Amino acid sequence: MTFRKYLVLAGVTVFAAAGDSVLSYGMRQSGGISLHHLGSVFAAVLNPWIAVGVVLLLAFFASYTNALSWADLTYVLPATSLGYVLLALIARFVLHEQVSPLRWLGIALISGGVGLVAGGPALTSHKHHDAPGAKAAEAERSMASGSGA
Amino acid sequence: MRHLYTWSAILVVTLASVTGDILIARAMKQVGDVHALWRKVGVWAIIGRVLSNPNFLLGVAAMSVGFFSLLFALSWGDVSLVAPAAASLTFIGNAFAARIFLHEKVDRRRWIAAMLVAAGVALLAG
Repeated sequence: MTFRKYLVLAGVTVFAAAGDSVLSYGMRQSGGISLHHLGSVFAAVLNPWIAVGVVLLLAFFASYTNALSWADLTYVLPATSLGYVLLALIARFVLHEQVSPLRWLGIALISGGVGLVAGGPALTSHKHHDAPGAKAAEAERSMASGSGA
Repeated sequence: MRHLYTWSAILVVTLASVTGDILIARAMKQVGDVHALWRKVGVWAIIGRVLSNPNFLLGVAAMSVGFFSLLFALSWGDVSLVAPAAASLTFIGNAFAARIFLHEKVDRRRWIAAMLVAAGVALLAG
């Protein structure tokens, strides 16, 4: 794991949390979407909050696919679930909302899960080593473990 | 009857999200480590490889199905149940599917992590 890779994981976390909250704020402004009014989907995209939310979610998707190119799915998903914790902390300390004891328990459980998975290896699948770029990734991994020894 | 609708929506959203995640993870493993490729072929070649990967396109289609079924489910379903239940079950479903389809070594550490995160997400969003 290089600093750059931690940066990508942080990007997945922050962009997902920011994108979701901006998007849901915009959706509350523009009203709901129903099957009978498919035109409302297009009207919603014109709302600036929704547009910013879509851009943020695209940034999330770019960092998410980037992370999946060098780490397991079962590593990336728990590691980036800190976004839920981030949203709860913003609700408590920026928006001064009440956070119930059950929600604090949720925060503790997620943090525990993140700590557990982050302590293990990022990549365990060795199915696609014939893929282009996989050899370079393997070399980087062996170098990283060599320098750690 | 209402419960049946709500839980079928949760099931559809979960299945679509897990399918999307698995296909996109497989596509990105086929493309290879983006950081290593970046210096060799450049960012546009990487984007070209990703966008021309069939698994990636199928994965995006599956994710869109999940996203829009969630939107529609939220407009008539039990909002306080659909979103957290689907998010939470997706973590569990992905752990199973990654083991079967991606051959990831989901050891005890990763299982416990997936369970903790799933429980935490259910509590936070509930």
